[in-house]
Order: sequence, then C-alpha cells, then structure tokens
Amino acid sequence: MPNYLNVTGRIFDIQKFSVHDGPGIRTIVFLKGCRLRCRWCCNPESQKFEIQTMIQNGKEKTVGRDVTVEDVLKAVRQDEPYYRRSGGGMTLSGGEMLCQSDFAYALLRSAKEEYINTAVETTGFAPFEEIKKLLPYIDTVLMDIKHTNSAKHKEFTTQPNELILENAVRIAETAKKLIIRVPVIPTFNDTEEEILAIAKFASSLKGVNEINLLPYHSFGRDKYEGLGRKYMMGDLPSPTDEKMEKLKAAAESCGLFCKIGG
Amino acid sequence: MKKIYTDEIKKSDRIGKLIEDLYSGTPTIESTRAEILTESFKKTEGLSIYLRRSHAFKAIAENLPVVIRDNELIVGCNAFARRGCQTFPEYSNKWLEAEFDTIADRSADPFYISDETAEKLKEVHKYWQGKTTSELATSYMTPEALTAIEHNIFTVGNYFYNGIGHVNADYAKVLKIGFKGIYDYASKERDKCNIYDKDYATRYNFLTAVMESCEAAIIFAKRYSEAARKLAAECTDITRRDELLKIAEICARVPENGAQSFYEACQSFWFVQLLIQTESSGHSISPGRFDQYMYPYYIKDIESGKITREFAQELIDCIWVKLNSLNKVRDAVSAEGFAGYSMFQNLIVGGQDSSGVDVTNDLSFMCLTASMHVKLPQPSLSMRVWNGTPNELLVKAAELTKTGIGLPAYYNDEVIIPALISRGLTLQDARDYCVIGCVEPQKGGKTDGWHDAAFFNMCRTLELVFSNGKDRGVQVGPKTGTLAELDTYDKFFNAYKQQMDYAIKLMVNADNAVDYAHMQRCPLPFLSSMVDDCIARGKSAQEGGAVYNFTGPQGFGIANVADALYAVNELVYKTKAVTLEQYADAIKNNFGQEYTDDYAKALTVEVVKEIVSKGYEVSDNQISEIFRQIKSNDIAADKKKEYEALYEKIKSLPKFGNDDDAVDHYGREAAYTYTKPVERYQNPRGGRFHAGLYPVSANVPLGLQTGATPDGRLAGTPIADGVSPAAGRDVHGPTASANSVAKLDHGIASNGTLFNMKFHPSALKGASGIEGFISLIRAFFDQKGMHMQFNVVSRETLRDAQLHPENYKGLVVRVAGYSALFTTLSKSLQDDIINRTEQGGF
Repeated sequence: MPNYLNVTGRIFDIQKFSVHDGPGIRTIVFLKGCRLRCRWCCNPESQKFEIQTMIQNGKEKTVGRDVTVEDVLKAVRQDEPYYRRSGGGMTLSGGEMLCQSDFAYALLRSAKEEYINTAVETTGFAPFEEIKKLLPYIDTVLMDIKHTNSAKHKEFTTQPNELILENAVRIAETAKKLIIRVPVIPTFNDTEEEILAIAKFASSLKGVNEINLLPYHSFGRDKYEGLGRKYMMGDLPSPTDEKMEKLKAAAESCGLFCKIGG
Repeated sequence: MKKIYTDEIKKSDRIGKLIEDLYSGTPTIESTRAEILTESFKKTEGLSIYLRRSHAFKAIAENLPVVIRDNELIVGCNAFARRGCQTFPEYSNKWLEAEFDTIADRSADPFYISDETAEKLKEVHKYWQGKTTSELATSYMTPEALTAIEHNIFTVGNYFYNGIGHVNADYAKVLKIGFKGIYDYASKERDKCNIYDKDYATRYNFLTAVMESCEAAIIFAKRYSEAARKLAAECTDITRRDELLKIAEICARVPENGAQSFYEACQSFWFVQLLIQTESSGHSISPGRFDQYMYPYYIKDIESGKITREFAQELIDCIWVKLNSLNKVRDAVSAEGFAGYSMFQNLIVGGQDSSGVDVTNDLSFMCLTASMHVKLPQPSLSMRVWNGTPNELLVKAAELTKTGIGLPAYYNDEVIIPALISRGLTLQDARDYCVIGCVEPQKGGKTDGWHDAAFFNMCRTLELVFSNGKDRGVQVGPKTGTLAELDTYDKFFNAYKQQMDYAIKLMVNADNAVDYAHMQRCPLPFLSSMVDDCIARGKSAQEGGAVYNFTGPQGFGIANVADALYAVNELVYKTKAVTLEQYADAIKNNFGQEYTDDYAKALTVEVVKEIVSKGYEVSDNQISEIFRQIKSNDIAADKKKEYEALYEKIKSLPKFGNDDDAVDHYGREAAYTYTKPVERYQNPRGGRFHAGLYPVSANVPLGLQTGATPDGRLAGTPIADGVSPAAGRDVHGPTASANSVAKLDHGIASNGTLFNMKFHPSALKGASGIEGFISLIRAFFDQKGMHMQFNVVSRETLRDAQLHPENYKGLVVRVAGYSALFTTLSKSLQDDIINRTEQGGF
C-alpha cells in the first residue's frame, strides 16, 4: 500500500474552528489553484497554483506553501476533541481541491483511515474520473452551482457549465451526501428566476435535499489590490436580507431545505 | 424525567424601574454601622470577643436605618443611599482616612463621602487605634514576609484590610428551620456544655453569641415588617398597598421561621445575604446553588397554583437587582485588583447532586433569564457543566453569553469533583460543590475556604533569578547564583524554583498571620451559625469550626513564565544566540523600548523621592523633564540595536496558547512551580493550603509593578490573566488556545483556574454559531479544562483592536458565512464589521 502520508501538495492556509463549511467544528484546508476565475472570488490569492506574494495591511505576505499529507493531518488531528463533540472534521477547500486531485485523494483517504469526518467545497469542474476516485472518502460534498445558463456562466467564471452540471448528476448518484451551494451575485444570478432554475436543477439530483444561498460580499477587494489586480465587481452592494429571504422562498418552493449562509 | 420548563418569561416593568432607581445615585460611604459598632465595643471592653461581636451585631440590626424603596418586592438594605456602603473599621481604617480627600476622584471605584461622614469616621477610628485585625496581623508577620510584600512579590491585602467572606452559608438550613430553629439548636448545644469542660469558656460564649446573632436577624426583619405596615397605611395606591402588606406579613415570619412559600424563601434568602455582609466586610458572599435550595419552595407553589412562573421570575429578578445594591469600599490598590465595585456573589446553576444525578431544573433556566433581564454584573452567574448537562441549558447559557455581559462562567464537574476529593472532601460533598467569588470551588455550607488568600506574582520571582535575589538593592529572595553560575538551563530553572519556594513560604507566613488576627479579633458568630459544624464544635468558622478548612492563595503569570522559560532555554542554552548576561541587560533596559506612561510615572516618583530625600528641591518642570527622559528610554544606538534584535528574536519564538507541545510543556512546569509547593502547608484552622491560578483583575495593576520579563513582555504592561495565554500571543484561534490551556494540570489547582476567551458576538450568530460554541466548551472540558469564560467584545474593543492589533491576535469574529481572526482581516473588512456592530444588527 502506498504511503499517502508522504504525498505533497500546495496549500495557502489551514483555518481551525470553522462552523460554517460542513457539519460541526471543522478545520478547513485551503488548496491552491483553480480552473475558474469567478469575478467575485473572495480568495483571489487561491486561484493560481504558483506561490505568490501579496501585500496585506502594508506588509508582504507569501501565499502558498508545499506540505505533506502528514503535515496537514498533524494540524487537523489537534482539534479531534472538537470534532467528536460537534460532528465536525476536515474540509478541503480552495482554490479548487480538484486541481490537486492526487493530493486531495491522499488527504481524504488518510483522514478517513483515522476516522476523521471529511467534506469538500468544490466547483465540480474536472473530469468525472478524477472526482469519482475521491467520493468514497468524502462524507459531505458542498458543490457550487452558480448558474444554469452556460453562456452567462462562462462570462462571469471564464468556464462553461455543461461539465459541472453533468458532474453534479453523477456525483449525486454516488456521494454519501451532496449539498448544493449558490453564491448569490448581483448582476449575475440574483433574480428569483435564476435561483429557481438552480433550485429546480438541484432538486432533480438524486438524494439532494439541501441548498445553501451565500450572499455576495466584497471582503476580498483589498486582496485584489494586494496582488496588483483590478477588482471587477466595483462597489456592488451585498444583497439585502429581504432579497435573500425572497430567494430562499423561491428555492424552498422546489421542496429543498434552504439555508442562507453556509 | 420531569419536564423542565425552559420557555422565555417576559421581564416585568417593575424590574426596569428598580434598576433605574438603583443607578440613580452615586456610591456613597456611610458611617452608621461603624458608629454603632464602636459605641457597642466601648461598652463591652471586659467581655469575650464572641459576645462583643454579637452585642455589636445586634445593636447594628436594631439601629441601621430601615429603607424600603418604591416598587420593591424584596426588601432590606444595609445603607441608606443607593449602592451606598458601610465601613468596617475593626479590620483596617487608616487607608480610608488617608483617602478621604481623594476617594471621590480616584480612577478605580470612586465613592462619595460627605464631610460630616468623614468627621464621624475620624472620631470612630480613634477607638480602633491598635485594635484592628490588620495591625495584629502585621505584628505576627516575619520581617522577611513584610519585605517581600513591600517589594510586590505577593500581596495578602484582601484579608489584611477586610473581612474574609468567600463563603457559601447554609441557606437551605435557614429556609427550612429559620433562625429560631438555629437558635434552638445552639441553645441545646449550649445546654450540653459542662462547666468543667476544657473548652467551656469559649464554647459557651460562642454559642451564646450565635444565639444573640440569630435574635439580631429576627429583630432586623421585624423592623422591616413594621415599616412596611406603616408605609401601607399611608399608601394611596391600592396595588402597592397590598404589596406592602404582603411584605409586612412575610418579614414578620421570615427569617425567624422556616419559609412556607417561594416568596418567603426569596425574602429569607435576601436577609441572610444582606446580614452576612453587614456583620463583616468580606466579599464573595456566594449564594451558590440557588436553583437547588430554592427549588422545593418553587415547585410546591407552582404545583399548588399558589404562584405563576411569571411571578416567580419577577421575584428572582428582584433578588438580582438587590444583589447589585450591595457595595464595598476598598483601598485604592485593592480597588484596582477588584475593579468594578464587584462583590463577587457567585451563584451557580446546573450540575449534579450529591448522588451524581443531574439536577438541572426550571430555576436553572430562570436564573439565566434573570441575568438576561437585568443585564447587571451581579450575581456572578456560573454554570456547572458535565457529561449529563442537557444541551438545552447550554444553549440558554450561550444566549446569555452572546449578550456580551460575560456571564455565565462555565465550570467542569469532571475536573472539580476529583480535585476536591483529593483535598479530603467526601464524594458526596464534592459532587455538591458550588463556586465562590471568581472561580473557587467548595462544598457550600460546611467550608471556610479562605479562597482569595493572596495574589502571587510569578513574574516577580523570575526577575529575582536575574538579580541573585535582589530587588532595588534589597535581598528579597535567596541567593540562587550569579548569572555566570547559571550556566545550564537546569540550573536556571532550579534557581527559579528556589525563588518560588522561598517566596511561597513567606506568603504562607503572611497568610497565617492574617488568619490568626481574624481568629482572635473578628470571629463571626452570625456567619458561623450557618456553617457546619461550627455549632456542634462550639467554634467559630474563623477558629476552624467548619468541616472543611482551606487557604487558597492564587498565582498568576503562567503564560509569561512559560514563554520566558522557553525563550531563555532556546536563546541562551540551546542555540546560544545570546548570553544570560546579555539577556539580563536587555530586560533591565526594557529591550530598548519606550516605557509606558504609567510605568515611567512610577519610576519618576522613585527618582524624585530620592532627590528630595537628599535635601534638594525639584520643580514641576524638572519633574516633567525627568519623566520625558525616563519614558523615552534613551540609550546608546548600538545597545538599543542589540536589545531590539533580541526582542525580535523572542517575538518570533513559539508561544504558549497555540497548541504547540514544545512550549506548552513549559506552561505545565511553570504552573507546578507554584501549585506543588503551595499544597505542602497548613493553616491555623486545621486545614491546608491549595493553589488557585487566577488574578481577578490584578494582572493589570501588578503588571505595573513588574519590569520587563524574558518572554518579551515590556515593563509595566499587564501580566497574562489566569491560565490564559498572554494577550495577543494566541494566534491560532480558540481551539488551539483552549488546547494549550487544557495541557496544564488543572486538578492540582483545586482553588480554581481562570481561562478567559474573547469572542465577537457575531461568532455566536445563528444555530451553527451557538452549536460550535457549546461544542468548544464541551471539548475543552473533555480535555480536563476546569473553567472557561467569554468576553464577547464590543465595538470599542474592536476599534482598539484596529489600533493595537498586537493585543488582539486571538479575537474571533464572524465575517459572512465564516468566522475569522479579526486582526488577519483587511482594514476595510474590519471597518465593515465595526460598522455592523454599530448598527446593533446581531
């Protein structure tokens, strides 16, 4: 049996005590690199696989480091007492963990060998074969469906959505639990019709009964400056609470349990 | 299992009015008690101290003004003014007289005192010259202990200046049999005395004093009954008239008799609470397991339909307001250590009974609701948590925590029960523990715990290692070796242990001196009537009449010492980056950094004093120039660079509070240098010492007395509070911080440990926020943490966190769909969160 603990990968952060990305208290491992370039992305430093330098609060900060699975698990294990009490565990996020699917596989498999609950946050944008081999080791898949219209999807994320929608269907067939997440972005997908279309699609997926609507925020703005990039979203305000409630009602009309926020 | 009612009960209008009224005045010092006491003492010169105390107590009960305020359902005051306080010249009074002119304007806990009162007290104090407990205590102390106190190694100021307090009386007994019952019990015991018994003199006198004290309590209540009846006769508002008549009826019955209703139990409870704090100035008079001993009266009235839950809640709320009406004036230094007019009346809910069954009930929830209603600091609400604690109770508690008032504090049965058993409590008694004052566990009703016996500054003894035991030219500690002699880490650490051992011995000497002084000059027959087994033993609690006797002095600065030991070992002995001499030099020069204003001020005072003592005059301009020079810490550039280089190296090392085993190990060892020696010693009441690890708020003023320390803490800045990581050094979030703290041995610190955690209200938002919060507590407790409390921080704090991010590295905030460390966020996001707080949108 190969020693998965020695597999290396590139991460840009490990964040403990997260209670909004999967069940319970979780440790989030942020893998570096993503195939999408969503305009609203609040972690622009996560997109490139290369190690970068970002200016944060006037100081230079190196984003990205290479670590082994053992390094990551060592940090993840430290909070086991909290997972036990809360039903939490490890969540792989990004970037897009599928960009480093061998590393993600080794992480997830090793975690499950230690009986640690696992979750992933994913765009689902990868050949299904790569996703399939991970699924047996994931307890909860949190998958984004950003839009049902491929052209609009491509306009705002640089990639079309056909592969994503196809993968969603296939993931739903084998995943232990799949939750659909929708970043609600004004000017992109914040109408009741658009959310309803996503919710309809989600409710058609096998075993899916939960959808989360994540309201847009501009908290990533400074990071764009720090990376010397232009922030494409301008001064767009976050959707109001009333608006989110309306969209929630639309999603619920498809028989889904809907949460605002993770 | 019986259904527990957990639903919210609305706050009645009365409570808001009572609170508004309570805070309409300024805290005021009154002289009535001191005058009555002194008059009585003048007349009883030849009698035993027991009778002198009980005669005086009775005279006070007969003559204190009776005050019934509008809207009150629970009555009884020991001062005329709202939040007024009496003084207790029998313990100490010189400090008060010295502060007459400044006390109204001092920074911590100012009090108003009229010229007339000041004159009256001055007159009273003449009598007490040479007769106080503090004077006797001083005469009992060894000169070395007095020197150590003068050099701020530790302070026993709390009981030196004041009564002991720190007790949970047997409220249940008063509720059940009344003071008439206790009187009868004491009387029977007195009848058993044989005139030839070896302790006849003290036993007979003590029991007589107990009986007289019971009478005093009854008289005091009857005066309230009469006053209420009189007010009723004059009252034109029919509703209020009926309320007053009810009060008159109740005060005529309790606390003389056992309570027959929940209302009577509430009033009886309050008289006990009030009168204990009228007999003596000791604070931390802790109601303890209120939800347990009040429950039989509550459930009887609810089941018989005699009262509604709404009315029961209103009565509890009234008691909560009353608990905030009591006040105490402390000396300026102690006031800083106990800042906030705090009375530390700790009331605890939940937990198991003596047979190990969870006994959470309706009242547990209603107590949490009461704190939610009044949003006041008293009672210091606590909650016992164990594996059998219903999650519902924790959810309710979390909602209270979320309001930001810092209540309740959470305690772990699974650590405290075995810790108390290790100190000689029976399993049953240990399971029935309550908490006193800040964090100190005891079995209520049968313990004299002396819980707050000293503040011991573990950083000061570390300073002595660098100076071979000398402080400001005086040999305060033992000679543990010159810097050159400390050429291995083991030798260095041993030197620290020797400094600790020696200073702890001096502290024990000082504590026991104070203990004897109270025993001989201020036995408390009224309190002793409610502490087992004083009556049967024929001894006051101050003489060892209680079943369990302890002395619990607290050490603090563990995180600083842990980080310091680690840094010294790394930089001096392991990597040899600097020599110990260089290290010592850098500390002495505050790492080349500016001094804080307060520290520079203190140094300026020293310098000016010395100049003046040599017969020179110093002008104001010269003083400000001296201050400026000291503050800027102007030293040669090359030296400054060298110090700063070391300072940066220290900063980059791992610190306690980040779940890093390498450094956390030093935390454990540091705590042991205090907890292990302390438990070797005995007190005069037949009990033993055991350590606590908590500072109340003294880590700030005592930090001001402490120079720079090897962990990179600058001179005069606060010392780490309790067992918490040093401020701003736990940078990996709440779980990492809690994991480090859990690595300490909490069980050996059976006088209590204190772990403060800061959260932003947003981190507790929504169901997942609350659930995460509860799991955090449970998982910390699974790892044998003892205590946890939460600072849910305000907008002002967040603003300060922006200005001084170094102090807030562990602050958790909820951002959008996630929580994050506040200081790691961008400026604009921080602003956004601050603005959201401003809108009060949580």
